[in-house]
Amino acid sequence: MATRRVVFRYPRHLIDAPVVSQIARIYNLEFNILRANITPQSEGLMVLGLEGSAEDLDKALTWVQQQGVGVQPLERDVVRNEERCTHCGACVTICPTEALHKKIATQEVCFDSDKCIACELCVPACPPRAMEVAF
Amino acid sequence: MPKTYQEINEKIKSGQVVVVTAEEMTGIVEEEGAAKAAEQVDVVTTGTFGPMCSSGAFLNFGHSNPRMKVEKAWLNDVPAYAGMAAVDLYIGATEASEHDPLNRDHPGEFRYGGGHVIQELIAGQDVRLRAIAYGTDCYPRKELDTWINITDLNECFLCNPRNAYQNYNVAVNLNADRDIYTYMGVLKSNLGNANYCSAGQLSPLLNDPYYRTIGIGTRIFLGGAPGYVFWPGTQHNPTVARTEKGLPKEGAGTAAVVGDMKQMSPEWIVGVSMYGYGVSLQVGLGAAIPVLDEEMARFTAVKDEDIVAPVVDYSRNYPYNEGQPLGYVNYKDLKSGQITVNGKQIPTGSLSSYPKARAIAQILKEWIEAGQFLLTESVQLLPSADSGLTFKALIERPVEGEVI
Repeated sequence: MATRRVVFRYPRHLIDAPVVSQIARIYNLEFNILRANITPQSEGLMVLGLEGSAEDLDKALTWVQQQGVGVQPLERDVVRNEERCTHCGACVTICPTEALHKKIATQEVCFDSDKCIACELCVPACPPRAMEVAF
Repeated sequence: MPKTYQEINEKIKSGQVVVVTAEEMTGIVEEEGAAKAAEQVDVVTTGTFGPMCSSGAFLNFGHSNPRMKVEKAWLNDVPAYAGMAAVDLYIGATEASEHDPLNRDHPGEFRYGGGHVIQELIAGQDVRLRAIAYGTDCYPRKELDTWINITDLNECFLCNPRNAYQNYNVAVNLNADRDIYTYMGVLKSNLGNANYCSAGQLSPLLNDPYYRTIGIGTRIFLGGAPGYVFWPGTQHNPTVARTEKGLPKEGAGTAAVVGDMKQMSPEWIVGVSMYGYGVSLQVGLGAAIPVLDEEMARFTAVKDEDIVAPVVDYSRNYPYNEGQPLGYVNYKDLKSGQITVNGKQIPTGSLSSYPKARAIAQILKEWIEAGQFLLTESVQLLPSADSGLTFKALIERPVEGEVI
């Protein structure tokens, strides 16, 4: 048995497609939804842990891509270098999952790594380059 | 009874001074009224921390043997200006590294530049100096490649032609499908986000909107050390439209500032990379404003909801000087995380760090309470709303005739 962590990016028209239940059924995979952010107005993001035979996993991910869903392996973590962060807030509207957000009262920028899907959009958007990719 | 600078400084020296931050002053004036607040409070401290283009540093690295009149120079491969003398350099915050791909592969990352060199010098890191010269009888040397460190430099001072912008645009992107990469950060298509860049109620020049106390010679907090205002900043534009309370409704006053980098800290001067735009420098700056009278008490009680900023499209209107602002929003709403533009709710981001601004106002307060920071009376105030001074656009005059 093999396990993989992946990010699925759903285009708007596929948000209600039962992609996950289908790969579980057709390719005999166990799945664990780690994070999901799907709203009717925008594209959806889902982070999954998948378990199955290596062959089934490859086939399933190929099939998912053929359906028009973007697939990205989640092999890296984004971490914040606390010393470099100046709490300016340039990242908060770039982050698609609100893992980076501001506390209204103090205006501090918080990084909630549990919500992070490692899309890395914040990495170049951070002026002091405080967001780093850890392998 | 109006207070004088001398009286306030005597109180600072004797430990009797009453100093509060601009945030604290708002509550005091609301509770006590401006007249009473003016009697009670002597000084209001302010702060701002954000990317401030139009920053840079002068340094003098001493004469080599044999002597050299530097013609071109690089600090960690970032070009520095040498056309002043023999061994004086100016390193500008927005100068990119010599071999940076810039925007050839758009959006460029701009990982390193003048702002980073300045921060590393302040942090005490060694910086590589390369220089070339054509050689003269009195300055024969033609090449130099050496490490320098701020402790060995004769002088090293930050000298920023334009800082502390009094208010600023809120940047958005009206383009339907293209994200844009600006000095105001990444702006997502179709009003995907809005970025602002001011400390609002803590910002120095918004607490002294008509520059009644800030001018040439005003001692300030700059980069963690005492510094000074030495001139009106470039693009100083005091005659813009103002609210009933006298607050400019767009970018207005600016200050040119100077300070000793040997005393500064890399916590308050930070090199930054603006994705797809270039390099710059985050600067921490604060002013201590004397509450000379009731009017200054009222001014320093400014709050975020009183300050409005124009929402400007950076996909077309800003670069091509077209159109009008899409509207005005106040800083309370901006800091709530969401504003409404053209009927659409959009999330807000910022480039200016409010936590850092607050920390600067607090440090300045502590310096004053400890008797370490005396106020200076400006020898000439910044030109104000009645000066007639306006910010001119370039009128191009085509060059005719033979061009060599």
